[in-house]
Amino acid sequence: MAQVTLRKVVKKYDEVEAVSAIDLDIADKEFVVLVGPSGCGKSTTLRMIAGLEDITGGEIAVDGEIVNDVPPKDRDMAMVFQNYALYPHMTVYQNMSFGLRLKHFPKEEIEKRVQEAARILDITDLLDRKPRQLSGGQRQRVAMGRAIVRNPKVFLFDEPLSNLDAKLRVQMRTEIKRVHQKVRTTTVYVTHDQVEAMTLADRVVVMNRGRIEQIGAPNFLYHSPATRFVAGFIGSPAMNFLPCRLEQAGDGLNVRLSDSIAFAVPAERVQRYRPAAGKELTFGIRPEHLTEAKTNGSKNLATFDAGIEVVEPMGNETMVFFSISGTEVCGRIDPNAGARVGASMKMAAHLDHMHLIDNASGRVL
Amino acid sequence: MVDAAISDVRELSTPAKRTGMRRMLQRKSSIAFLMTLPLILLIGLLVLYPAFYAVHLATLNKSMQRFVGLSNFTFLFNRETFWMVVRQSCIFALTAVIFKALIGFVVAHFVHNVPANKQRRWRGILLIPWVIPPAMSTLAWLWLFDPSYSAFNWILVHLGLSPVAWTGDAYWARFSVILINVWFGAPFFLIMYLAALKSVPDQLYEAAQIDGANWWQRIWFVTLPMMRNIIAITVLFSTIVTFANFDIVQVLTAGGPIDKTHVFATWAFRLGIQGGDIPLGASVSLFMFPILAVCAIFILRDIRRRGNEAS
Amino acid sequence: MTAATVVMDKSAPTRPRYGSMSRDRRWALRWSYFFLVLFAIFFLTPPLYMFITSLKTSAEISAATNPWWVYHPSLTNYIELLTSSTYIIFFRNSAIVSIFVVCITMIISVPAAFALARMKFWGSAVLATGVFLTYLIPDTLLFIPLFKMFAVFNEWTDIQLINKWWVLLIVYPTLTVPFCTWIMIGYFASIPKELDEAALMDGANYRQILFKIFIPVALPGLIAATIFAFTVSWAQFLYPLAFTTSPDQLVLPVGIITTLIKGDVFNWGQIMTGALLGAAPPLIIYAFLMDYYIAGLTAGATKG
Repeated sequence: MAQVTLRKVVKKYDEVEAVSAIDLDIADKEFVVLVGPSGCGKSTTLRMIAGLEDITGGEIAVDGEIVNDVPPKDRDMAMVFQNYALYPHMTVYQNMSFGLRLKHFPKEEIEKRVQEAARILDITDLLDRKPRQLSGGQRQRVAMGRAIVRNPKVFLFDEPLSNLDAKLRVQMRTEIKRVHQKVRTTTVYVTHDQVEAMTLADRVVVMNRGRIEQIGAPNFLYHSPATRFVAGFIGSPAMNFLPCRLEQAGDGLNVRLSDSIAFAVPAERVQRYRPAAGKELTFGIRPEHLTEAKTNGSKNLATFDAGIEVVEPMGNETMVFFSISGTEVCGRIDPNAGARVGASMKMAAHLDHMHLIDNASGRVL
Repeated sequence: MVDAAISDVRELSTPAKRTGMRRMLQRKSSIAFLMTLPLILLIGLLVLYPAFYAVHLATLNKSMQRFVGLSNFTFLFNRETFWMVVRQSCIFALTAVIFKALIGFVVAHFVHNVPANKQRRWRGILLIPWVIPPAMSTLAWLWLFDPSYSAFNWILVHLGLSPVAWTGDAYWARFSVILINVWFGAPFFLIMYLAALKSVPDQLYEAAQIDGANWWQRIWFVTLPMMRNIIAITVLFSTIVTFANFDIVQVLTAGGPIDKTHVFATWAFRLGIQGGDIPLGASVSLFMFPILAVCAIFILRDIRRRGNEAS
Repeated sequence: MTAATVVMDKSAPTRPRYGSMSRDRRWALRWSYFFLVLFAIFFLTPPLYMFITSLKTSAEISAATNPWWVYHPSLTNYIELLTSSTYIIFFRNSAIVSIFVVCITMIISVPAAFALARMKFWGSAVLATGVFLTYLIPDTLLFIPLFKMFAVFNEWTDIQLINKWWVLLIVYPTLTVPFCTWIMIGYFASIPKELDEAALMDGANYRQILFKIFIPVALPGLIAATIFAFTVSWAQFLYPLAFTTSPDQLVLPVGIITTLIKGDVFNWGQIMTGALLGAAPPLIIYAFLMDYYIAGLTAGATKG
């Protein structure tokens, strides 16, 4: 049980900065997910926490104690690797007990802990098997078991589910969450999959190009992204981005997407957007906030006509694609709304959920 | 020394806080250095030093008291036997390697044709010559070639042919040396080629067949290009081994009849150890170096290239 | 109609082709077996002839009967050799030298390979290449300077190295260590990096990673390297021929050739028996560990 603190942590490989001055506070018992595209520095950050990578600058502290120069074995952390990294010549039992045996734990204690972990993970039957006799999901469980028996201060997960097929991945995701709820160990989890990040995390850390873009609870990130990168990275299908122009319209403001389409900015946001009036911006809106226009429209709905180009029925909903001034836009409509390719359709934009992004800084206004 | 210098530079560029980590890394690299120290000492003292020492020895007179420059070499250049040894070494190595490669390639295909469950047995039988210590197997050949009791001549006579002086006649003796070299080395090629053949995906052959290639075209356009690397490296390895070979000639003919089968290694042994003229022996053995170096450079290039492809 | 004719056109020539293809294959298989048998005869003649001769008495050999057949098989050659103290000494010397060399080789090359494969340090890449180059330097280039070096060493320290069997323990590793290190680097490098990181996280130090993870995981490579070191030491001929002369210091290959071949009286029954027994240890190892043997053989060129 521990807090982990990162202060201005920098990692350079021959003058190339992989991680630039990261600050992060991870609370005790918290489940934090580092998410971002490949090469964003998330794995490097995790490996610096583990001690597998030395730190070029800044400091990392566990429970207030700086561990920069502490070798991995003395940091009391356990790590689950992407390819499981099970010792191929040891049985499951030996794999799980290896760390405890190195620390000369008494036999009964080892036995107790392994059995307990095996029970939690439902792998009691597999304890005598070798890793090569196990399926991918079972190997993943053993790798987690190896971490659990150590009863470490911190769990580190490095893309643990990337090697599993889609169905198993969903299953193991739930499993990891269940285990964390049971053992409540501080956890740092790295993934490139935003769905994994959203479903698992207490707090998500979105990273890009070695920097932290935003830290927050999953729903907060979803609804209030701080930057264009976060807005585009979180959520699937991705948020629509359209070039726009913010125009003065009397007391209020208008977002002009094209010659024919312009929306009035909701009154409660006018104050916020006023400084950007007259600028070229990017208008962002998620597909689920572009629906078919209904007759009983609530307020802050802007309707417009769209020529449907592609229709993708998903069962519970239908995705429609159309263009606004040459940019492809995705909307999410009711399957019964009767969308047809080539036909024109009345669409509604839910402007309560709109975002305006400053092109130069990439920040959401 | 250089290690320390590098870490000093780093320490200047990063705050003093970093020393602990540096110390740990330095400890890691010094552990690593200690682990390789026996290897370094072995290579340095017993391979590199003698190699350079051989150059030094080659410049001394017979009693090794006086520096004579290149006169050992000029002495060699003026001797008929030396040029015979050069010719024989090159011809033996060249012919033997070519036949080893051909036989290895052909036999590897035959083994590859056999159903998979029987391949292991054939491979096991055919590799036996490589497993027997060459000095021992050459003794068997020597007995097969015996002037009065030759088992081969017994067959020849019973077939109505005249017996052959296998080790007595200069040309037959050379043939015998090459034959044993091929007999001993072909299995190595066989094993390497077989491993290479197995690494060619079947789909390639199927695709070639669909494209209408006959078996010859399949070998020329699919098998050979896919095996090119391994053929090259096996030939280079084998050239080194064959060129520097000592055991076979020494046991079979000891260089005879009248030096007609001497190679660099056996002649160096005759002059240096048996004749007691160490500088002259060293000079002779040094002539192996250029060919070995050329082969080594090619092998190294191949390995570098594959290393780059892998990373 | 047109579609149908097209199909007909295509199928007509293919049908007989299928038939001929499987007939081709059957013939290819027959020819393969035929040539394999021929080559097997070529490859096995010397060892078989060793065996045939070893069962013959001197009387039968000198009678010049059919050399390919044993009319009066007898084990006298085996009994004489195995009760002769000189042959036993050769065999013992060979066994001691080979076993020691295997141990020395492993002690030097396994830690070195681990350091070169995993603990990058200044010059480690150059050293790895150097190890490989050393493997390409043959014994025939080094025996003369080594001979002289040992003589000079004797003058300096009064320690006699020449004509002692244990001088071989010093020189044989130059033949075995480079290759064994090289293939162990290959085997160690093929172990995923995460495995040592997992062990580091589990609290292992470098020694524990080497002994508890790397050596067990790379065991096939270790066995291949051991076999290589053993067979090379067992078969080595030039160094013992150059460096040892007294009968009690000789190893098998040199012993058989220098002492059993006495002048013109070739006792071929005994020589062949001695050679066969001398070839036996590598052959037995090969028979039981063929796959490791072949893995080691191909590793030099295919790994790294």
